[in-house]
Amino acid sequence: MIETIKGLDRKVAPAIVDAVNFNLQLKPYKKLTLKNGVDVYTIDAGAEEVMSIEWVFYAGNWYEDQNLVAATTNFLLKNGTRHKSAFQVNEHFEYYGSYLNRACYNETATVSLHCLTKHVGELLPAVRELLTDSAMPEDELAIYQQNMKQRLKVNLKKSEFVAGRLIDVYLYGEQHPYGRYTKEEDFEHLNKQQLFDFYDRYYRQGKFVMFVAGRLPANLEQLLNDNFGDLGNDPILGKKISTQPSSERKFRVINNAEGVQGSVRIARPFPNRHHPDFLKVQVLNSLFGGFFGSRLMSNIREDKGYTYGIHSYLQNHIHESAWMISTEAGKDVCEATISEVYKEMEDLREEPVGDEELLLVRNYMMGSILGDLDGPFQIIARWKNIILNGLDENYFYNSINTIKTISAGELQELAQKYLRPEEFYELVVV
Amino acid sequence: MIQFEKFTLANGLRVIVHQDTSTPMAVMNIMYDVGARDENPERTGFAHLFEHLMFGGSVNIPNYDEPLQMAGGENNAYTTNDLTNYYIQLPAENLETAFWLESDRMLSLAFGEKSLDVQRKVVCEEFKEHYIAKPYGDVWHKMRELAYTRHPYRWMTIGKELSHVENAKLEDVKEFFFKYYRPVNAIMVVAGNVTTEKVKTLAEKWFGDIPAGEKYKRNLPQEPEQREERQLEIKANVPLDALYKCWHIYPRLDRRYYITDLLTDILSGGGSSRLYQSLVKEKQLFSNIECYHYGSTDAGLLCIEGKLVKGVKMEEAERAIEIELDKMKSELVAETELQKVKNKTESMMAFEDMSVMNRANSLAYYELLGDASWMNFELEKYGSVTTEDILQESRNIFRKENSNTLYYYSGN
Repeated sequence: MIETIKGLDRKVAPAIVDAVNFNLQLKPYKKLTLKNGVDVYTIDAGAEEVMSIEWVFYAGNWYEDQNLVAATTNFLLKNGTRHKSAFQVNEHFEYYGSYLNRACYNETATVSLHCLTKHVGELLPAVRELLTDSAMPEDELAIYQQNMKQRLKVNLKKSEFVAGRLIDVYLYGEQHPYGRYTKEEDFEHLNKQQLFDFYDRYYRQGKFVMFVAGRLPANLEQLLNDNFGDLGNDPILGKKISTQPSSERKFRVINNAEGVQGSVRIARPFPNRHHPDFLKVQVLNSLFGGFFGSRLMSNIREDKGYTYGIHSYLQNHIHESAWMISTEAGKDVCEATISEVYKEMEDLREEPVGDEELLLVRNYMMGSILGDLDGPFQIIARWKNIILNGLDENYFYNSINTIKTISAGELQELAQKYLRPEEFYELVVV
Repeated sequence: MIQFEKFTLANGLRVIVHQDTSTPMAVMNIMYDVGARDENPERTGFAHLFEHLMFGGSVNIPNYDEPLQMAGGENNAYTTNDLTNYYIQLPAENLETAFWLESDRMLSLAFGEKSLDVQRKVVCEEFKEHYIAKPYGDVWHKMRELAYTRHPYRWMTIGKELSHVENAKLEDVKEFFFKYYRPVNAIMVVAGNVTTEKVKTLAEKWFGDIPAGEKYKRNLPQEPEQREERQLEIKANVPLDALYKCWHIYPRLDRRYYITDLLTDILSGGGSSRLYQSLVKEKQLFSNIECYHYGSTDAGLLCIEGKLVKGVKMEEAERAIEIELDKMKSELVAETELQKVKNKTESMMAFEDMSVMNRANSLAYYELLGDASWMNFELEKYGSVTTEDILQESRNIFRKENSNTLYYYSGN
């Protein structure tokens, strides 16, 4: 044995550098503007010869006049063009080992490509074809309707799925894009013409932004201009849609009488990222239920064993948000779980957090951001969030500064302001 | 090419260092050579329950998570049928915290009653959340029992039944720990912004004096070759009929593993794959269909599963799968089709290797299989697969007497 082992005191932790002292930097993007005025944000970095490109359209369900039109249009984008069948489209992207995905959110809808950098030149014309010449074929729509109805049936058997829909209805109202949910008959009301009109207005002609990251080819700007520099980029006007929150606050729903667990959701409305409390509440949220060492997890999982996991978070919406607590708990301990959640709120309102615990939360959050800034895809994801929310790099640095400097007193004030049980919706679905 | 250095401590702990100075972070990955397959058939779910207990405090450190979070670190762990893996990511400056925490829990756990009591409940909730509360959640319990008659792959990592976890005793926990969680049965990978020199010093300092333990010699009952097709029918409160078919395949180190892996990609895994195109798009018999394999160390299973379109008869759906498999058994796949799945594999590996954590995890796994450097030859092995290989293996695998079929009927 070597000398150092003698006298090794395992009870004493090695010295650490507090993560709170780190000087975190968000690598700046390089911005290109295509001939048609489309903004392209790029991060050129990474160890592997891979890259990602994302096209973000203002084509989320915020802009639809009928349920599912935005999501279905987005889904069918790659299911056939005027010149290629859905199979041929897929075969082309898959032959080059690339992944072409699409996703529809509330405000935005995206198309994303992940590929080896060496293949990007073969792939961009195929993406262009989807954005200019997608055909939305009738038979593809019919298959989609049939299979999505089946999927919905399976999902409706899951209490967590049902709970996720209902809590959003209480928070925002069923008519609001954040609260609207899918019923089986909504699929039947879709028709090709609606989808095509939506496609034409919001994809072919509508404004879009691009995010590109990874090991980028030297001729990137040229490639993007050749393929996307002549597409429409007309401004899209967002409608103002107000929320209609429920006046009732407590709900108990039975979805499956034989269920062994209940899906518990407790949530309150919360302003968006532009509100001065948003970043501070992120810290309070971490302390409350935002990570493994949080109050909720320590009490309800690690002390009581009521659940495999309990989390709290601020919903990722652009217009307005909600503060949500979510867990799947044993059926007979759901009510006890809810009482404990309120007890933890009370503790945060009544008692200022101790220095040691606050330092731990700060260090955890800083370490987590440091780890999360690792790699080009993670960096561009942060920028995307900042840009799409109409913020700038100050948001990132303010966030770091808030983590470093927020005081126990401020956290307690925020708890008193927001963690008031009477302002939360409360739901259990068994 | 993933570069690394390797050394072994006197107590048998294997240490691999993979340096990447482009990140401010360090990763520590410790893989123990024990999984659900090593469990007593009467006490299944134990390896996984044990993984939870590893976070319940060790002999000198009452709380594992707090000091790590204080050092800006995050951690997690997972258990499979083959192995148990623990990983930490933290700022490289604080690397020693990881050594301190991991070495103490390798030295000995605290073995508290309270921790066992709580984690039994937590794992039971995990069991319920994933396998009881979900529609079709019991499928793999049933399928494993159908397909395996002797090999311990016949139960899932979470355990055969809730009672096995509920009845776990503290003395079982201790015995399990001192049998498997010894330096001689572990592999440690330290990766990221670290140097071999520093890792050597820290490894000696913190792990050097842990007793080696006895090398665990695995001697599992082998699965006899299946000679007759097996079928099982289930009726449950689910909205749709579903069909599950499994065939026995090859161990991880068999060359045919790579052939099988590509074969599953040809059948499923993309919008241009065979089963999806034929059965979901053209014939519209299934609303979704997937083909994949377990990726297990001992001989695993290749599976095809799908949910039937309402109104489609089970026999018709099964017949349609057989027609596709017959094509695989009678005609060579096109060279371009094979090239497509090879390209997909190449790009998947490149994406996986972007993360230091994944690289550390892979190095540990290949070292557990036999040699960490094998990680760098994977692509070559896939590259050498021919269309003849695919044809041959389709014939070998998709035999009736090698098949297990589970008909899952909607009871509504």
